[in-house]
Amino acid sequence: MEMPQPNLEVLRKKLEIVTALLEVLPREAVIDNPAETKAYECDALTAYRCPPMIAVLPSTTQQVSEVLKICYHHEVPVVPRGSGTSLAGGALPTVDSVILGVAKMNKVLETDYENRVIKVQSGRTNLSVSGAVEEENFFYAPDPSSQLACAIAGNIAMNSGGAHCLKYGVTTNNLLGVKMVMMDGEIVEIGGSYLDSSGLDILGVICGSEGQLGVVTEATLRILPKPEGARPVMIAFNSNEVAGTCVADIIKAGVLPVAIEFMDRPIIEICEKFAKAGYPECEALLIVEVEGSETEIQDQMDRISSIAKRHSPIELRQSQSEAESAAIWLGRKSAFGAVGQVSDYMCLDGTIPVSALPQVLRRIEGLSKKYGLKVGNVFHAGDGNMHPLIMYDANKDGDLALCEAMGAEVLRLCVEVGGCLTGEHGVGIEKRDLMEDQYSLNDLEVQMSVKDVFDPKWLLNPAKVFPLSASENRRLG
Amino acid sequence: MSGTLYPIDESDLSDAVSGAIGPLQILGGGTRPIGRIIKAQKLSTEMLKGIVTYEPGALTMVAKSGTPIAEIQTELAAENQRLAFEPMDYRGLLDTNGAPTLGGVVAANVSGPRRIQVGAARDFTLGLSFVDGNGQLLKNGGRVMKNVTGYDLVKLMAGSWGTLGVLSEVALKVLPASETQTTLEIHVTSWEQAVGCMSAALRTPFDVSGAATQCDKYGKIGVLVRVEGFEASVVYRIEQLKAKLFEFGNITELPDPWLEVKNLNSWKPLNTVWRISVRPTDALKILELMRLLQKDRGFQCQLDWGGGLIWIGLNVEQANDVASCTQVHESLQALVATLGGHGNLIKSKILSNLDITHFQPLPRAVSIITKTLRQKFDPRGILNPQRMS
Repeated sequence: MEMPQPNLEVLRKKLEIVTALLEVLPREAVIDNPAETKAYECDALTAYRCPPMIAVLPSTTQQVSEVLKICYHHEVPVVPRGSGTSLAGGALPTVDSVILGVAKMNKVLETDYENRVIKVQSGRTNLSVSGAVEEENFFYAPDPSSQLACAIAGNIAMNSGGAHCLKYGVTTNNLLGVKMVMMDGEIVEIGGSYLDSSGLDILGVICGSEGQLGVVTEATLRILPKPEGARPVMIAFNSNEVAGTCVADIIKAGVLPVAIEFMDRPIIEICEKFAKAGYPECEALLIVEVEGSETEIQDQMDRISSIAKRHSPIELRQSQSEAESAAIWLGRKSAFGAVGQVSDYMCLDGTIPVSALPQVLRRIEGLSKKYGLKVGNVFHAGDGNMHPLIMYDANKDGDLALCEAMGAEVLRLCVEVGGCLTGEHGVGIEKRDLMEDQYSLNDLEVQMSVKDVFDPKWLLNPAKVFPLSASENRRLG
Repeated sequence: MSGTLYPIDESDLSDAVSGAIGPLQILGGGTRPIGRIIKAQKLSTEMLKGIVTYEPGALTMVAKSGTPIAEIQTELAAENQRLAFEPMDYRGLLDTNGAPTLGGVVAANVSGPRRIQVGAARDFTLGLSFVDGNGQLLKNGGRVMKNVTGYDLVKLMAGSWGTLGVLSEVALKVLPASETQTTLEIHVTSWEQAVGCMSAALRTPFDVSGAATQCDKYGKIGVLVRVEGFEASVVYRIEQLKAKLFEFGNITELPDPWLEVKNLNSWKPLNTVWRISVRPTDALKILELMRLLQKDRGFQCQLDWGGGLIWIGLNVEQANDVASCTQVHESLQALVATLGGHGNLIKSKILSNLDITHFQPLPRAVSIITKTLRQKFDPRGILNPQRMS
């Protein structure tokens, strides 16, 4: 992966920058020893690594502001970091960069059940936001699979989704306001505990801007009353195509499940071996989850089952208890770990129109043969958000490059059928150079001009999202 | 000034904007003359019309910006689907003609009562094409439900009132229509109770899809709570809600009142109307201010979104002099500035010709960002200039 040439002037001034940072932060919050900065060399896209020059861990918005003022003054690139769980390299440093981690800022600032909002510091983990409102039977809806570890800051940067967003939407649909520090240190508040701000929807463009517009330190989030209960139906088919048609039919029938998950044969087999969830032998498995009271759940499960039966499933299992639900979800939830046990893999997340599903799965199979790399598919079928896992051997020369090449072809395929490069992981460095496949240079130019407004010197996470060639003039000033 | 421009396709639209020698007033169906409207060459998207693709199984539709909302709704209804964000039709309230268009709905981020449950127009807009102030045709987003490829300019464009670009095509997420709906009316005796009752309803797990108030001609307040879905589900949830909400007052079931709640047709005779969005419980502060300012002259009020959306209206007797009406306007916007949210003037026979801020003024930092963004999208400042001021 190509990264920009480091700014030698910045590297030369390292000591001066560290000294300035120590004036605004306690000693333990400034990490400049190469043995320790190594801890920040990558995020969850571990194929690419590069330790930063310095890492800082501020505890307050004011400290974030002071840090950014220093970096702005010395023109140091800053890479914001939540928990470092990005699958797209969103928090990958450059050698001349300062990693700005918000992990220490994890407090709940306000819970307001009457207005159904919570205000948290952005380093708080996704799951612990729900944890903070559980006592009143509320939850925070977006549920990326890394929710135990991932921070709200990263969720906002990447506009994270999750399995349940078919019903509840992604981060942008659940984010009401932010406190954000701009690159020059100015602190701004956008939105709040209300639905409509005045003026342009600036919050909407901040969410999903991959840490390139500012460092979000506080977030106001919508919380929802927990449903009375939830249970899945598991449906097994002998063909991907039929499973795909079944998904479309469920949606057309007016049932809106909270999740429709799809697994293909390679994934089913790996998961079964790993988790022993008791999945049947089949080509495609759907897990459809519905919510409500006992009667409502049964009613919806019956509707789904009767639609599924029209497509002659080889097995259909309605969960009747917590234990059965857990068993059905077990394999799916362990999918990534299970694949990780048998192979290195790259997880893509291109999204396609649901109608293109069978066609895309067939063509991915073709690509798998062409490249000689095994692929498993596990994804959110209701919204067309694919997750092909391309398996490769990191120790084998050339395998990563082969995997990258195949990944690029899969993502181009997603764009070709009317979809997009990434549905929930973000562009980061991983898909940066494919952006021209989805957007014209003019389309990218207008996006980059938005960054110009917030960060005219292009210091915030500068080598991400846009092809290096497209952003070059801006990055080099 | 020559007649209205009606570009017939995107390249024509692009030419019309790049060839403009002065400001343009961008119109869809022209049903929402809200905000500051300066004299300018009119440009209408009405000829850019038609549904491009509709995939009911994928819950998506792509249509040209000038497509009438009515046409879209008919097409969706045939597949038992709908625009879940329930866009308000302003024609009754504002006494306008014409057909509301998809582009207009997105440009003004027009939503209805169901917003509290499912989101606003901006949440259902998956992608769009638009022509910027230089006449450049651009696109952002796509036609799939989940998309984080690059910056989300879709949100920025939604609700930008044509000040950043002229929309030419929009991709929408649509949802299944519900099998049935039931609405409860809870007869409360105060606004405090009304807000408390709506908050209590929205705190239940029963998926309330509307929480608003409606006053009768004697000023008695009814809280409306709607549940939608499959028959069995609605019956169950309504029973549960009745048990939860009876402490707030007598409860009756109503025939569908939501068209009036959404469109405020009966407010047509009112001469001045504001639309205010604040934290739901702050609605009471807005009402307290209005009582203080209007004293025995009174005012009309409707709460929606559980109290998060407040409509304030004055009739001719309640707003007959410039001074008091201006005072109400300025006081409302000043209070909203301290609470957060917005207070926009929607119509006023008395105030519209004065030099006032129709839209809630922005905090300083946000105002600078906004101004700089506009310069990027529309360097010549020709697209609906000052509309949002």
